[in-house]
Amino acid sequence: MDFNDTPEEARFREEAASWLAENAPTDDAFRALTPLEQAKVWQKQKYDAGWACIGWAPEFGGRGASAIEEVIWRQEESQYDLPASFFLIGQGMIGPTLMAWASDEDKARFLPPLASGEQVWCQLFSEPAGGSDLAALRTRAERDGNDWVINGQKIWTSGAHYSDYGVIVVRTDPTVPKHKGLSYFYVDMKAPGVEVKPIKQLTGDSDFNEVYFTDVRVSDSQRLGEVGQGWQVSLTTLMNERAAIGGSFGQMDVSLAMSVAEEVEIDGRPALEDSAVRARIANWYVQEAGLKYTGYRSLTALSRGALPGPENSIGKLVGAPKMQAMSSYLMDLLGASGAIADESLAAKAGIIQRAYMGAPGLRIAGGTDEIMANIIAERVLGLPQEPRLDKGIPFNEVPTG
Amino acid sequence: MNFEFSEEQQLLREQARGFLTEHCPTSAVRAVLDGDQDWDPALWQKIAEMGWTATVIPEAYGGLGLSYYELAIIAEEMGRSAAPLPFSSSVYLASEAIQRFGTEAQKSAWLPRLAGGECVATVAMAERAGPLALGRLETRRSGSQISGTKVPVADASIAEVAVVLARSEGGLEACLVPLEQAGVSVEPVLTFDTSRGHSTVTFDAAEAEVLGDTTINPKNWESLLNGAAVLLAWEQLGLAETALIQARDYALQRFAFGRAIGSYQAIKHKLANMYVKNTLARSNAYYGVWALAEGSGELPLAAATARVAAIQASTYAAEENIQTHGGMGFTWEFDCHFYLRRAKLLSLAIGSEAVWQDRLVSALAAQSAAA
Repeated sequence: MDFNDTPEEARFREEAASWLAENAPTDDAFRALTPLEQAKVWQKQKYDAGWACIGWAPEFGGRGASAIEEVIWRQEESQYDLPASFFLIGQGMIGPTLMAWASDEDKARFLPPLASGEQVWCQLFSEPAGGSDLAALRTRAERDGNDWVINGQKIWTSGAHYSDYGVIVVRTDPTVPKHKGLSYFYVDMKAPGVEVKPIKQLTGDSDFNEVYFTDVRVSDSQRLGEVGQGWQVSLTTLMNERAAIGGSFGQMDVSLAMSVAEEVEIDGRPALEDSAVRARIANWYVQEAGLKYTGYRSLTALSRGALPGPENSIGKLVGAPKMQAMSSYLMDLLGASGAIADESLAAKAGIIQRAYMGAPGLRIAGGTDEIMANIIAERVLGLPQEPRLDKGIPFNEVPTG
Repeated sequence: MNFEFSEEQQLLREQARGFLTEHCPTSAVRAVLDGDQDWDPALWQKIAEMGWTATVIPEAYGGLGLSYYELAIIAEEMGRSAAPLPFSSSVYLASEAIQRFGTEAQKSAWLPRLAGGECVATVAMAERAGPLALGRLETRRSGSQISGTKVPVADASIAEVAVVLARSEGGLEACLVPLEQAGVSVEPVLTFDTSRGHSTVTFDAAEAEVLGDTTINPKNWESLLNGAAVLLAWEQLGLAETALIQARDYALQRFAFGRAIGSYQAIKHKLANMYVKNTLARSNAYYGVWALAEGSGELPLAAATARVAAIQASTYAAEENIQTHGGMGFTWEFDCHFYLRRAKLLSLAIGSEAVWQDRLVSALAAQSAAA
């Protein structure tokens, strides 16, 4: 075992690192832009030099890089403080869906500007009545000549307010069982009848939206997959989701916990000397190191050409509750001053308080803890699904409570 | 990135698993647990013939001179089958102590016989309740004689020699003490895992020689324990995997209220938690064996992390495997209890969870101070 690149990987890393060193923008003019503007400028710069969506085929704007090369690129790019999250859903989830299901004409039309960051896409799946049970969605599309007319409401749509296009799964036949009556389209987010309303989260931020569709007309040519095949198409999108949301837990790591425990005193001694504090920190480190080395094992498999295994699904399931537990405990150590969120006064500039308030969202987004545990139980351990009371029943006869 | 065992090592795993499936079925564990014997000597003979007791002993002393990667693989399979053998005492601890600290004469005298499995050795550390305090041992060596009481000592009833931690005027020492002599009494002590024998060992002016002819820096003894922690982590991981597989199989086959209990989320989430803990423990065990095999300075952190993770995974899996089985899991007849006993037993050897959580944080602080 070793942690080194193969010679080919090392050459690729060197090439990536030297391009980044020469081209990553750090100037004040760039920093003065809004985060979205920064992201678009940087993405276009990468695209023009062949460093955008590097795993994609060259005709779509990529360079046909291998999975391990994509990881190496992400590792190198992440050493710079550059915005990337605006494109995660479009490039990470919707790009692969278009590649698998769109016409050649649409692929040529949409994939290059998606890779270059000139067009931003969002994913219109969840609804007030369909979250974990996504296929219970009610937004309907009705055929009208060569068009479809969409009416309904989507929710939790990240980035809808700055997106050019979206992919949407809708009910086209309510008289068949729920998974069979769905179809999948792309929509122009600027089309008449599309209304985006930001949702204010418990953190006070607004990262996602409600999106209302009122008599929105889309052409039948905007359909991906057959009528009634929307569930299969959406699975292509969802397969890429957990990788896109993944395990980024910011600066809430064990080194931050160690630092707080060194600074806070219990009875005149650093909290880090307290055995109860040490036990907690050790347990978090076990989780943190366990995820890190699980990642190394996956990288090794990728490096040998294997597909990522189900062990990757544990990242969010372990990481998000850990972030909640750790930020909660560190505030406990701070005592009453743990309540201070003012960046100029709070310990660690308020990172801990922000993490605590953000953690509930991470435990829900992209598959709740409970859904993630179901996925492990069913797909890794082979346990059966819960019996479903709506199975085989026409959607319009399913009890809705 | 090459964070995986080699193809040869994977082959060894398959071979070891196949061998133990055939020669150490649960009936073999049960026979020792139920019977008067403290081990399965016929099985020991067979694994010695396979060379497992010789794995990391250098060729110059009759060993195979393989790496800790191979030994970790065997350790996991030992755990998977809950083998009723003194493997951890003799291989991870006593053979390692003699190899690391012994004089040339001591190594030549003992290692070839340990490699061949002709004799079993153990390590005697604990004297009283509470964490082991190297500075407060009461067993004393003076001249060529040792006196004191060690309890519990794993596998002492079948061991020919023990590495006994003691103090002399000079400080901490590890002494080689043959157990079949007039000054030594070995009395059985009942533990909750009778598939491994334990004893009270009393030394009354027994003949002893100091390992390496000199005192041992406590740090070096801790380093030995770091190696043992990694190997025990692999063994516990094997136990945890078996417990998970048993729970999964039972959850698929047992029906309640008209459906397999494995279809209830209460059970699915329990088993998913087992899988998560086992996966974290496995990845940390990889880190541990990497640090051990490569002689990395990260070993103190890697070993503590591997041990804490393995203790947590194996005890959780063993406890919740029984819970998943319901009443049948609480019976003597079902095998679930083997893994509860062994997982907890191994969690208490060489320092329990809190000791290693403490060492983990010390190592983390030392590593970040050095960076």
